Amino acid sequence: MTLTYYLVLAAILFTIGAVGVLVRRNAIVVFMCIELMLNSVNLTLVTFARATGTVDGQIMAFFVMVVAAAEVVVGLAIIMSIYRTRRSASVDDANLLKY
Amino acid sequence: METLSAEVPLPAEGLLGWSWLLIALPLAGAAVLLLGGRRTDRWGHLLGTATVAGAFLLAVLCTVQLADVEGRSVDVDLFTFISTGELDVRAGLLYDPLSAVFVLLITGVGSLIHVYSIGYMAHDPARRRFFAYLNLFVAAMLLLVLGNSFVALYVGWEGVGLASYLLIAFWYTRPAAATAAKKAFIMNRVGDVGLALAIFVMFAQLGTTSYAGVFGSVGTLAGGTLTAIGLLLLLGACGKSGQFPLQAWLPDAMEGPTPVSALIHAATMVTAGVYLIARSAPIYDETPTARTVVLAVGAVTLLIGAIAGCAFDDIKKVLAYSTVSQIGYMFLAVGLGPAGYVAGLAHLLTHGFFKAGLFLGAGSVMHAMDDSVDMRRFGGLWKKLPVTFATFGLGYLALIGFPFLSGFYTKDAIIEAALDRDDVWGWVLGGVAVLGAGLTAFYMTRLMLMTFFGRARWEPGVHPHESPSVMTVPMVVLSLGSIGAGFLLVKAFPLSDWLEPVFGEHEAEHVVAPLTVGLVVTAVMLVGVLAAWLFVGRREVPDTAPVRVSPVTRAARNALYADTINESLVMRPGQWLTRALVWVDNRGVDGAVNGLAAGLGGSSSRLGRTQTGFVRTYALSMLGGAVLVAGALLAVTSG
Repeated sequence: MTLTYYLVLAAILFTIGAVGVLVRRNAIVVFMCIELMLNSVNLTLVTFARATGTVDGQIMAFFVMVVAAAEVVVGLAIIMSIYRTRRSASVDDANLLKY
Repeated sequence: METLSAEVPLPAEGLLGWSWLLIALPLAGAAVLLLGGRRTDRWGHLLGTATVAGAFLLAVLCTVQLADVEGRSVDVDLFTFISTGELDVRAGLLYDPLSAVFVLLITGVGSLIHVYSIGYMAHDPARRRFFAYLNLFVAAMLLLVLGNSFVALYVGWEGVGLASYLLIAFWYTRPAAATAAKKAFIMNRVGDVGLALAIFVMFAQLGTTSYAGVFGSVGTLAGGTLTAIGLLLLLGACGKSGQFPLQAWLPDAMEGPTPVSALIHAATMVTAGVYLIARSAPIYDETPTARTVVLAVGAVTLLIGAIAGCAFDDIKKVLAYSTVSQIGYMFLAVGLGPAGYVAGLAHLLTHGFFKAGLFLGAGSVMHAMDDSVDMRRFGGLWKKLPVTFATFGLGYLALIGFPFLSGFYTKDAIIEAALDRDDVWGWVLGGVAVLGAGLTAFYMTRLMLMTFFGRARWEPGVHPHESPSVMTVPMVVLSLGSIGAGFLLVKAFPLSDWLEPVFGEHEAEHVVAPLTVGLVVTAVMLVGVLAAWLFVGRREVPDTAPVRVSPVTRAARNALYADTINESLVMRPGQWLTRALVWVDNRGVDGAVNGLAAGLGGSSSRLGRTQTGFVRTYALSMLGGAVLVAGALLAVTSG
């Protein structure tokens, strides 16, 4: 078994997620891109766990899923509240936090 | 001559113990008038006059009692003025023959001038304020001459300076008066710094500032220190007395009301310098250098004042330069040392009478001529103002030294004392004094001729009238002093006997017989009078001053360029310095601070532009950072 395929797939997924966060305006899409990056990291973690024959990486992947679930709850709540006040889910409209 | 004793005077008893009332009375008057405000308007002038007259009566009683005290000197200890560390200044009064004559002069002439002012200031809405300031002046002046230490003298010294400033600027809405007051105050400050430094040196070297303490240990001081003290005291005296090189403020001070000119700028305050030098006799006895400088200052000022007096058309300015010149005589006299102290003080007293009388006369003339001071628009007033003419004429004769009047005795005494030095400088100083007498006769005769004789050159609409009796009576009293004071002080009741406890006994050895001196001075005086008649009396006086005049006349009209010299040597360099400092402050100091602040502000606002508020910008910077860290880790681990 070779690690390369799994790691290349994870890198591609992470890149798609990162580019998505940087270029998309819709908050929901940006949010999903973040999930994509988290899951590419999960993939990397379980790949190395499988390669080394330990469970540390798999446990870490569970932690990441738990944290991601919590983050989804908070993040979606923030997006809902921004949408209610601004009638828009575009991240470019929420740009007050500056100089 | 016996050595001056510096023994501590006896404590005061009886009436003399109450001599602090002399100062307290006028001071209380000033306080009531200033604090009482408009409520005291109706009787303020009467209260002001009464306090000074009361002080005069008290002074007479005190002086009579003083004559019976052993050593004719008493000390009135009052309270601790300053007590800090090693400095312990007791406030107290020293009533001795020297202060007694000054107290009598100040309260006596002061009372007369207060009475005169009741009439002179009758139509001035601020008459109460005027009397308050006059009372303040009298109180400060009495403290100056009665204090028993240099610190007490200094307090009085500054007090009279303040009163002088307030009174010169009495009509403060007139720019000329406000400017003259400022000029007087600032030029006095220059002198006051000298006096203050002299007191500091005394305390640093001797640890005491009382007369008894300082004069008692003068012998322990090094020669250089003594000379420094002498010269610093002289600087103070020059500032207060309008002596060269600080003479320019006194003629300008004539912007004040005329009674002020008579009391402060002729009879009393400007003679404080003479008092200071006479009081410090034990110091000057030990330092011939400083004493020589006093002589030089007196001789130079005597001539400057007399020359400038010849050229002015303003009646009060002529009298002011005459005052400068006459105080020059007094400085010359006290600079001569033991031979001259009594002569100088006698001249001071007679001058106080006749110069105050002359100023009151000038005030009466101004009163008659609608406050004009231009002698070219006077003329022929003797018929209209008979009392003023008679009293002014007596003062004039006393001033020029007409035989057997006041000035004759006292001025001759000074010239004799100068000649008694019996060396080249004695002849030079005597010559200067005689020349000054001739010039005095010239300018005073010119003043008399232009004011009282000749054609009437009055401005249209001016109707001269004699002043009310409340003004003429003080003039008459002072003119009696002009007649008799010299004879009384020199011949009948010699001032030298009265002052003997202060200055010791001095037997004059005359080089030139007094009769010869008297004849020469009288002859020179007559030449001056004749010259004035030739130049002014027999010709028509033009209504305006001739424009085309000789350089000498132009120089005299500019008071020998004293103002120009002061301006170019002191004022302009000072202005340049302040301008340069302001420039350095604005550009250098402020520039550095402002530049730093502007640099920080500019860079922070530029940095702030990078905070766009867009989430992706922050995300990109996070990504960039993470890539950088990962790259660095890779480079470190694999390299």
